[in-house]
Amino acid sequence: MLLILGDLGLNEGAHLLLKRALAGVAVGDVVLVEGSAPELAVHLRGWCRAQGHEFVDEGGRLQVRRGSAQSGRWRGAERAGEATKVVEQANPTWGLAGRSATVEAGAPSFDFPLRVRDEVWAEEAARLYAQAAAAQWDPATAIPWDAPIEHPDEVEDAVVQVMTYLVENETAALIIPARFTAQIHPHFREVMQLLAIQVADEARHIEVFTRRALLRRPRLGLSTAGAQTSLKTLVDEPDFALSSFLLSVLGEGTFLSLLWFLHEFAPDPITSEVARMAAQDEARHVAFGLAHLTHHIQADPTLKERLAMAVHRRHDALAHSAGLNEEVFDALLLLAAGSWQPDDLRRGWQRIQKLESDMDEGRRKRLQRLGFASGDAAQLSSLHTRNFM
Amino acid sequence: MSNTIIMGAVAYDPKVVTIWDGFKAWFKERGLNFDYILYENYERQVESHFKGHYDVAWNSPLAWLQVKAIAEKLGRKAEAIAMRDTDCDLTSVIVVRADSEIQSVEDLRGTSIGVGAGDSPQATLIPLVHLAEAGLSPEEDLRVRRFDVLVGKHGDHIGGERDAAQALMQNEVDAACMIDGNHLLFGREGTLPSGATRIIAQTGTYDHCNFTILDDAPKPAVAQFRELLLSMSYDDPAVRPLLDLEGLKVWKEGRTDHYALLERAVARFKTIDGFVEDVASRCS
Repeated sequence: MLLILGDLGLNEGAHLLLKRALAGVAVGDVVLVEGSAPELAVHLRGWCRAQGHEFVDEGGRLQVRRGSAQSGRWRGAERAGEATKVVEQANPTWGLAGRSATVEAGAPSFDFPLRVRDEVWAEEAARLYAQAAAAQWDPATAIPWDAPIEHPDEVEDAVVQVMTYLVENETAALIIPARFTAQIHPHFREVMQLLAIQVADEARHIEVFTRRALLRRPRLGLSTAGAQTSLKTLVDEPDFALSSFLLSVLGEGTFLSLLWFLHEFAPDPITSEVARMAAQDEARHVAFGLAHLTHHIQADPTLKERLAMAVHRRHDALAHSAGLNEEVFDALLLLAAGSWQPDDLRRGWQRIQKLESDMDEGRRKRLQRLGFASGDAAQLSSLHTRNFM
Repeated sequence: MSNTIIMGAVAYDPKVVTIWDGFKAWFKERGLNFDYILYENYERQVESHFKGHYDVAWNSPLAWLQVKAIAEKLGRKAEAIAMRDTDCDLTSVIVVRADSEIQSVEDLRGTSIGVGAGDSPQATLIPLVHLAEAGLSPEEDLRVRRFDVLVGKHGDHIGGERDAAQALMQNEVDAACMIDGNHLLFGREGTLPSGATRIIAQTGTYDHCNFTILDDAPKPAVAQFRELLLSMSYDDPAVRPLLDLEGLKVWKEGRTDHYALLERAVARFKTIDGFVEDVASRCS
């Protein structure tokens, strides 16, 4: 085969033409190279040595005899599954390669603990990811930060206390999926991407809740030992299924009711809007938790029993803690009342009771969707942490 | 009982440990107990070879000539048993800036030339003997500026060549020396932008490193070591990353008839004479 390079040098991209020409001949066959680049013979000699081809210069007649290294490199290579289908168990040596990429043999093995499809997968993951990507919002523009705040100082203190509570809950909700994102085999990329967006969602929530709290105050409110103890049981849960059950289905599910409540009874449009934007994101987190646990339970019905035990275990662990802190409860009551008038406080109290009953009803529905009988669902719901998340 | 062989190598880069640890595991699976000793410089490694501290040396071309010369003085025999495919038929080039008035070797008279470490065959000794044989005596007919990166490593580290190339682009020297392939590499990494330099001379071909043994090496172990080396295939994913790190596609049988250019250089510049005398007297 004859390759004419003209005046293009190997230091200007001619190696691509050379590679293409060599790919067209058998190992051991010769490509005759013609060109007028002044350094062609020098560079060809060096290039062939590095690439494992033989270089022959017969009085200015430059020849390259194809070596076997390039074809050898891809012997034993493995396809990392198919582009649009996930396998039951992802191979550790596929590593970071995307689905359907050809992976060179001898690639390092990665220790991704979550590599079994049924433990992480949900058919809805791709759709939820697309939805999440499309629904990202900019905290700077999505919230009416300049809207008026006209309520009394004590109501503002209540808002700050609720925001303080939300910030620490959302921090837990950021850390947990962030940790699991790094444990999921990238073969299940839609799940990995969805969890990554979930983390970004929580980052925004932390930002807007903090910013709302500091609009009229120089610092956040109170953080109690009881609330942090409750959240720590979530952060410490090492099992992906149990963690997403406790966090996404029960915790964030319960939070949905709280955020819509805040949206409705917030004393100012800013608080109302941060709650609404966060609630929209949280709904997706709950949907994914339900979807992949449904998939997991179908593959392994014994999971249900483990989920129930996890609720009992967490309840026992928290039996001696305070649950929802009094400061948060009182702040919610004042927000729901809107004033110090006895009639308003009574109405606020009733609204809180309605909120708790909505939370319970939501939890029971979700538990039933996972296949728990209504009696079991009611009992498990009643054991959920009084800290809501 | 399985064979045991100990190799000496120079630690010119931290990757040396990765490479030989990797090969060690591969040899072990094939029934050869392989171990290695790392030296800071080739001179220590060469002397240790004659003191019997190990069985086979991974030698630079200069170290090979040192071993050969000492062996001759002591009435012993040295042999090159294997080398990399990439150790064969190298050339070095002398490069000037594209806009330089220097068109030929003769034009270098009175100018300055950047070379690698003083003990680098490819970036110093061979280019300088090429000039000397063309009638230009280093230091007398042109100024030689050495870029002494890691002396004692015999130019294994590319740093000296790169420093010389950078000095060329910064007008600190009028010419620079490097291996043919490094001219291409420096172009790709931007040290020598393409079109910015011109090659005015290319040396004859020469060979580079080899595995060297002395006549007292354990024969069965050496035979097994050599056989295993030659059987390593780039198709094998277990050794391919190691071959890539060591810069070869295949091990070849050793040959010693392509060191003539370097031999003429060390003879002309008396590069190794003192060292050879010293070691020979200490090891006789």
